[in-house]
Amino acid sequence: MNDRKALVLTLVLGAAALQACGGDYPQSALHPQSDFATRLDELFRGIFWWAVGVFVVVEGILIATLFRYREKRRQERPKPIHGHTGLEIGWTLVPALILVAIAIPTVRTIFVVDRPPPEADLTVEVIGKQWWWEFQIPELDIVTANEVHVPVGRTVEFRVRSADVLHSFWVPRLGGKRDLVPGRENMLWFTADTAGVFWGQCAEYCGTSHALMSFRIIAAQEADFESWVARMQEPAVAPQEQMARLGAGVFMSNACVGCHRIEGTPAQGIVGPDLTHVGSRTTIAAGVLENTPENLARWIKTPQEIKPGNYMPYVALTDEQVDQLVAYLLSLK
Amino acid sequence: MATSETAVSGVGPLAEQEHEGTYAGGLWSWLTTVDHKRIGILYFVTGFLFLLIAGVEGELIRLQLARPENRLLDPEFYNQLFTMHGTTMVFFAGMPLIVAAFNIVVPLQIGARDVAFPRLNAFSYWVFLFAGVFLYASFFFGGAPDGGWFAYTPLTSKQYSPGTGIDFYVLALLLGGIGTIAGGVNFLVTIINMRAPGVRLMRMPLFTWMTFVTSVLILLAFPPLTVGLAFMLFDRMFDTVFFNAAAGGDPLLWQHLFWVFGHPEVYILILPAFGIVSDVIPTFSKKPLFGYPVVVFSGVLIAFLGFGVWVHHMFATGLGPIVNAVFGGATMLIAIPTGVKIFNWIATMWGGSLRFHPAMLFAVGLVATFVVGGISGVMHSSPPADLQQTDTYFVVAHFHYVLIGGTVFGLFSGFYYWFSKVTGRLLHEGLGKWHFWLTFLALNVTFFPMHFSGLLGQPRRTFTYAEGLGLETYNLISTIGALLFVVAFVPLIANLLYAWRRGGPAGPNPWDASTLEWTMSSPPPHYNFAVIPEVEARDPLWVRYDRETAPGEDVGARPLLQPEVPPKPVHMPSPSFWPLVLSVGLLIATIGFLTGLVVNLIGVGVTLIGLYGWAFEPAD
Repeated sequence: MNDRKALVLTLVLGAAALQACGGDYPQSALHPQSDFATRLDELFRGIFWWAVGVFVVVEGILIATLFRYREKRRQERPKPIHGHTGLEIGWTLVPALILVAIAIPTVRTIFVVDRPPPEADLTVEVIGKQWWWEFQIPELDIVTANEVHVPVGRTVEFRVRSADVLHSFWVPRLGGKRDLVPGRENMLWFTADTAGVFWGQCAEYCGTSHALMSFRIIAAQEADFESWVARMQEPAVAPQEQMARLGAGVFMSNACVGCHRIEGTPAQGIVGPDLTHVGSRTTIAAGVLENTPENLARWIKTPQEIKPGNYMPYVALTDEQVDQLVAYLLSLK
Repeated sequence: MATSETAVSGVGPLAEQEHEGTYAGGLWSWLTTVDHKRIGILYFVTGFLFLLIAGVEGELIRLQLARPENRLLDPEFYNQLFTMHGTTMVFFAGMPLIVAAFNIVVPLQIGARDVAFPRLNAFSYWVFLFAGVFLYASFFFGGAPDGGWFAYTPLTSKQYSPGTGIDFYVLALLLGGIGTIAGGVNFLVTIINMRAPGVRLMRMPLFTWMTFVTSVLILLAFPPLTVGLAFMLFDRMFDTVFFNAAAGGDPLLWQHLFWVFGHPEVYILILPAFGIVSDVIPTFSKKPLFGYPVVVFSGVLIAFLGFGVWVHHMFATGLGPIVNAVFGGATMLIAIPTGVKIFNWIATMWGGSLRFHPAMLFAVGLVATFVVGGISGVMHSSPPADLQQTDTYFVVAHFHYVLIGGTVFGLFSGFYYWFSKVTGRLLHEGLGKWHFWLTFLALNVTFFPMHFSGLLGQPRRTFTYAEGLGLETYNLISTIGALLFVVAFVPLIANLLYAWRRGGPAGPNPWDASTLEWTMSSPPPHYNFAVIPEVEARDPLWVRYDRETAPGEDVGARPLLQPEVPPKPVHMPSPSFWPLVLSVGLLIATIGFLTGLVVNLIGVGVTLIGLYGWAFEPAD
């Protein structure tokens, strides 16, 4: 138990440090923290400075023209000039050359980022569902939801697919977007530079609660990652405290059991997220709420208010039962 | 400023004799009109109302996003709002306002008395009107469409959108598309066949040129959309599986069909605006357009390239490095002819005598803001860079700079330019300038911060955003900017009231412009040209100025000015109510898809009656 707490503490502190150094933009494309995102960012910055140059030159000429040739009193009719071949060639060629300067690094980057990684150390399968994410690591026998850990400095390949409509997997600080298209499997990969909690979100409109389909990628140092893997491979811990034991009873005797899986218990539903280790996640409802007892109780009582249209039904429980259920779920570390 | 005291208005006596009652007022005369100017006014008024409605939708979107985790609107309604905002702005505000300009201006610019097919023109308008009203009826019958204006499958399939909202979307666009394609044919034929003697292709004003190019775009771009919509209709109503991956279909097929239409559609919306400023800038610079053939052919080239870039809307769908490289490169190419246009406009002003009439302010505003939208466009033409930008507010910023800074500014420029031609009255220039500066401010305050909110991680089409993302300030500024758009409308409305109550007579050519629409009285008589003009140069009025009048002499007195009374009787097409009957038939047939086969059949019956009535209507 103690080393788990230490892990969580490390993660929290790591995340705090990250927030401090990278500004408060956990989902920013401008603060890359992987090889993949850095490539995109370098390409973008190159184009950005060309853009600034073009903007300054064109707007400068425009404003100068407007000032210089504004109408003056008693002016002769301006001399009609119908064109100038040299100028036309010039302002065709110069932009063309700038575009070549943009196109060369673009094509180079395309052939890196649109291809599989040179070698992947770990493969994570991502399945998008209205409106949450399932993460599977088959080689490690891990199934989890809305939050996945990856090792720092190792290349992770994400194979993304959809269980229903289009979604897009996007964790800006680590990688660009990749659409989840029914009937296809797409791929994205990156090697995280630093440990930290990285925010991601669905970027393809997918229905009512598209805005509430977030996730977290937690990049951890090797040892921390290994201990996370070991923990995830264990079945659910049996509840110790009285409240939690009662909560397990509530879970197993209500509709919860039909949709959710808790490894090592009779709960084997596959419709909703796997809850075997739900107590160790930082958020619930796909990144919408922090994982606190109050929020979890709110989520169980009013799922449609928090995430309209989602497939979790309202289950009639007493406040006491909800508290017991919360105690049980949070004990599932 | 040269104005003429010899301004005439209304119809000459001979025309009245020939066509008694043609211009009589009353509802019936508007329902049966085939006059291109009147149809243009109908398009303008209808398109403007839709612009206001879609504008209100945009304001509601911004109010919801004013702060994080706002609960002003529920997500279902929000999703309907952004779907209707986009769909309305593109199909029922932007395009009709452009077609209004086609109608009002093109026949006048080429020396024609009407379009090639006047009744087809009326038909196009009625079909568009009915399609728009039909689309908005969805709010009262189970909810508006909520799949986005792009309606990606499988979200829009019956399985994931079981309501009728998406059906309204599909049917409204299919119905409206009929009118749009008919309009494309009409203006293509008009420009090819109806030009007055001497109006060679390379003498046509740029607005007419861009209308010509846009008509070709419409003819080629709308069929793929129609096919896609038909597939979607079949999938939803007859259980076909065009887009159903589980049954061997492909959801990406819809994306290809939609964007093969959707990207040229962008040029359908922007090229006419380019045409307008290419006419306005020379007028208010008192200098002919610099590099006329280059400006023409760069417009043609933009249209041509526009058909080869659709995949840049799909860079994240995983089509592979070769496809992305090719389409990224093709997209970058479009920057070249677009840049060439910008430089030619600046060169037109260089050495001129610039008069900052509101029409000119909006034209110059287009040049200045389109540069911003063009540059951000080049940024996401690079597929890897686009992997971060696509589907974020960065893209929202980009295309609003293009569509407001381009299309809307161009249309307002045209509005201030041709309003006096249509109504015969002058607008207040001071109010017009207020209108421009407030709109310019609102545009930049609303959309510039979105570049940042997008790159900092705000996806599009989200009804809310989390508090911890650091997006609060940018979104609040955007919302304040959106409210400025409301303020910017006040001087416009005030100006319309001013023109109505006090606007002075405009005269035939209030701006000393060079093209044929400025040779007759304002408003033009029913027949436009008492005498079909003969044109001998690109800027016919200025050529005569150069040759025949000394500087400062009254421009209105020049020989090219149309006589007040036609020397010979003028034959004009008669009004007809058959286009209206035909459109009503198509509307009923469309409604039938939602109510049952009997209504379909009634609609087909009325349509056939309309067709027969139309075909056998006597010529006079």
